[in-house]
Amino acid sequence: MIGPVLGKDLLGLEELSAEQIRLILDTAGPLKEISERTIKKVPALRGMTIVNLFFEASTRTRISFEFAEKRLSADTVNVASTGSSVSKGETLVDTARNLEAMRIDMVVIRHGASGAARFLADRIESKVVNAGDGTHEHPTQGLLDLLTLRDRFGDLKGRRVCICGDVLHSRVARSNLWGLKKLGAEVAVCGPRSLLPNAIDEMGVQVFDRIEAAIEWAEALNILRLQLERMQGGYIPSLREYNRVFGVTRERLERAPRDIVIMHPGPMNRGVEIDSDVADGPHSVILDQVTNGVAIRMAVLYLLAGGRPELAEAAKG
Amino acid sequence: MADEVVELFSGTDDLILVGIQRRGVQLAERIAAYIDEREGVRVERAALDITLYRDDLQTIGPRPVVGKTSLPLSLDDRKVVIVDDVLYTGRTVRAAMDELADFGRPSRIALAVLVDRGGRELPIHADIVGKVVQAASHLRVDVLISDLDGEEGVVIVPREEEG
Repeated sequence: MIGPVLGKDLLGLEELSAEQIRLILDTAGPLKEISERTIKKVPALRGMTIVNLFFEASTRTRISFEFAEKRLSADTVNVASTGSSVSKGETLVDTARNLEAMRIDMVVIRHGASGAARFLADRIESKVVNAGDGTHEHPTQGLLDLLTLRDRFGDLKGRRVCICGDVLHSRVARSNLWGLKKLGAEVAVCGPRSLLPNAIDEMGVQVFDRIEAAIEWAEALNILRLQLERMQGGYIPSLREYNRVFGVTRERLERAPRDIVIMHPGPMNRGVEIDSDVADGPHSVILDQVTNGVAIRMAVLYLLAGGRPELAEAAKG
Repeated sequence: MADEVVELFSGTDDLILVGIQRRGVQLAERIAAYIDEREGVRVERAALDITLYRDDLQTIGPRPVVGKTSLPLSLDDRKVVIVDDVLYTGRTVRAAMDELADFGRPSRIALAVLVDRGGRELPIHADIVGKVVQAASHLRVDVLISDLDGEEGVVIVPREEEG
């Protein structure tokens, strides 16, 4: 069996085919078992050096990548913008080229600027994994959301998923949109118009202005974090107001015609976009998402590490 | 082969049959079912996928999706029989033994294969062999199993041009 192979980098779900997305999900499934073992380690990436280059704060994603790398036996180095030469004004490319001169194989990058991962990938030979770039994409989060939904639903074709909240600033939303549509799910968004992209109507997704309507329609809600640090623009009147109109509460869910799978990429603002009894409720898969995150990142690293593309091409012919 | 397994370990105590994905899993199941019937016991079965323990990740290019490994949490003091369809270079068995070592310290590991086709690249020998076939390196030996292939048998075919 010859599978489709990923390219040099993983920058976003927009440029992946449905087949490539399925390959990653299918690879992640069996990798989950490794994290259940007493010795949580396999030698697949032994001798490979991976740099985690994080220019933005991150707990979950950075630690999840680090677990994934260590469980595949890669050697890892963490570089944060504070405490490195980045704070002396070194440019992104110079930082990466210097790292590359120390012979690394892969860079996992989180950066505040949209397109930073692509910019880097075009300029260094090492493989690049996008761990979130500005408001563009966060592909491994999108993939772990897809895996979590697939664990629940099996095939995603025709399943109704609504992405709720701050879609405008959300790279998670964008990666989810691409991924869900490629796997044939029906996608909707719900949030205040000030937090939806202008061209949202042209993206082929349904738009709900009321959370009650979204809850009535959806089989799963992916509730985004209200990004307080990007909120200088006066997008919403107040947090209390947001919770009153768009908050996912138990009372609202109890009126739904079916049980709804509840997802949130974290970190949660409890009492703002999601209430505690929903986040901790019986239909919440929020912690499953975190567990799946490690497996998805292992799958991505493993697939990127193996097989040179020219061999893949040759084998296809 | 089932009888030989029981004979090798003088019984079925602590025995576990570990099939290597994919066809080894089916073969292990069949051998285990045979032992169950003959000995009136229930022999433990497990599956092992060695993809992540291979020594050729950087060179093989496209590869099948990683299969499922399902082993008990500890193999300490167990009598393990690795079951596979074809024994060739021995590299798969090397990888399987490395992986088993991460699950504990079995009291003994044995190897049972349906076909030994020669051509070893490592110092590895099977304890139980269904059939020995001397196949030259340009030939491929395939075991067909009805659950996966729709028919049963062992076929020797010319290796497809690779690369």
